[in-house]
Amino acid sequence: MIEVTDLSKRFGSIVAVDNISFTVGKGEVLGFLGPNGAGKSTTMKMVTGFLLPDSGRVSICGDDVLEKPVAAKKRLGYLPEGAPLYSDMTPRSFLDFIADIRGFSGDEKRRCIEAVIENVNLQSVLDQSMDTLSKGFKRRVGLAQAILHDPEVLVLDEPTDGLDPNQKHEVRELIRAMALEKAIILSTHILEEVDAVCSRAVIIAGGKLVADGTPTELEAQSQLHNAIIISLPEASREPAEQRFKALPSIARVEIINNDVNGTSVELRLTPKDGKNTLTEVNQCVRDNNIEVAEIRLNRGRLDDVFRQITQDVQSIS
Amino acid sequence: MSNITTLFKRELRSYFVTPIAYVFIVIFLFLSGALTFYLGGYFERGQADLIPFFTFHPWLYLFLIPALAMRLWAEERKNGTIELLLTLPVTMSQAVLAKFFAAWTFTGIALALTFPIWITVNLLGDPDNGVILASYIGSLFMAGAYLAIGSCISAITRNQVIAFVVSVVICLIFILSGFPLVLDFFAGWAPEVIVETISSFSFLIHFSAISKGVIDLRDVIYFVSVIGFFLFANAILIEWKKAD
Repeated sequence: MIEVTDLSKRFGSIVAVDNISFTVGKGEVLGFLGPNGAGKSTTMKMVTGFLLPDSGRVSICGDDVLEKPVAAKKRLGYLPEGAPLYSDMTPRSFLDFIADIRGFSGDEKRRCIEAVIENVNLQSVLDQSMDTLSKGFKRRVGLAQAILHDPEVLVLDEPTDGLDPNQKHEVRELIRAMALEKAIILSTHILEEVDAVCSRAVIIAGGKLVADGTPTELEAQSQLHNAIIISLPEASREPAEQRFKALPSIARVEIINNDVNGTSVELRLTPKDGKNTLTEVNQCVRDNNIEVAEIRLNRGRLDDVFRQITQDVQSIS
Repeated sequence: MSNITTLFKRELRSYFVTPIAYVFIVIFLFLSGALTFYLGGYFERGQADLIPFFTFHPWLYLFLIPALAMRLWAEERKNGTIELLLTLPVTMSQAVLAKFFAAWTFTGIALALTFPIWITVNLLGDPDNGVILASYIGSLFMAGAYLAIGSCISAITRNQVIAFVVSVVICLIFILSGFPLVLDFFAGWAPEVIVETISSFSFLIHFSAISKGVIDLRDVIYFVSVIGFFLFANAILIEWKKAD
């Protein structure tokens, strides 16, 4: 439903977006990850037709954003960064305006507005001036505006930024509920959000698309993917370390966590080629009667992958 | 068309939900009255016409209209709502026209509220109401030209103070180009064609022509083309400066 081909944009001498291509299909939630200034927002602004790309194409459900901007924009709901709103309006008059401009009238319009108010829980502030709304409510009004016409494509720039944990949860639930019939792009700094709502994630750094995959695939790129963490009493550390080092599938054994009172210690076993070596290690523990308190498998953290990838890009450029 | 109407209604309403409308109208009425009666010598002249009233309009507009126009786009830019507005299914020209017409209508309302002075002159004497009507129409067109300039300048900055000051200067140039002071300066050495061209760009010349009671098509075309030119430039400039 969203097709982005070779999109580029420069601001003066700065290349903000460098040849990015991706597609998002129906039912997919694509998470945009990347450090500040990586080009996430610029890409989104071009996808929604706000900024004109220097080169490349964007098509929304078959309508080219450059050639048929109005048709493309009709299919699109967009929450801009920071959820800007007309401060002289109330949520009620604002949603009324949006419904008018989206071409609704009469009963249909009333139904649309009521449904969206219900969806994002705006009942309590409908007639309050937008100026006086809290950050959370502003974000929700912005979200309401984006989903009012039940668009096929949703572009959300940091939809949960500045919300408290409960509000974040609500917004994520809302996105998940809508995900089935829509193609959604959302950008975020919060990596747990990717795990929570995204079916796919791309990492953008220095204007380039540097990784693309499901959250699990991305996690597998972590150097610590499938590392095994073993916690055991300090007393049995020495012999255990020797045994583990002797295992052919283990590349490295490190002490990562010393207990404060020095009674227990955590070892991290990094496997060769990121393979799952849990059975082997388990066998080794049993054969040698090593006393352990806990064994767990590290899936690899998105944070690590994120840092790993984006810092690589920064050091190159 | 319905998009323009929707945007127009939102814009026009925004004047009246904020103090802008009331402050503007009160100051406009107060100043236009004060200028007419004190500087214009409305009573002293002993003539039943509204010349002292209309004479000051170009000067009144010089400060009031840029103040009205400065927020049109600069505010949208500052608040980021421009991104919201231009990703709605509307075209750039619809957005520009809707904003302009809302501001113009608002100016029209303020102008219409000067009607007591028209009643007064009719009570005191027997004025030529045709001339007065023509002057009102001329004044409205001139206000439109000021607004189009203000709207265009407002499109290039997110700072309303800059928008105001630059608009005032450009409007001043459009007034002064018909002023004897400026024309005499050129008349001394420049060929007559140039002097005429300069004076033909003046709001003053065209406005005073209309306010004599003759609505010449050329004067109307002049104001309409100034409006058209600046609104066109307005749309281009927004497109061009959107990323800032």
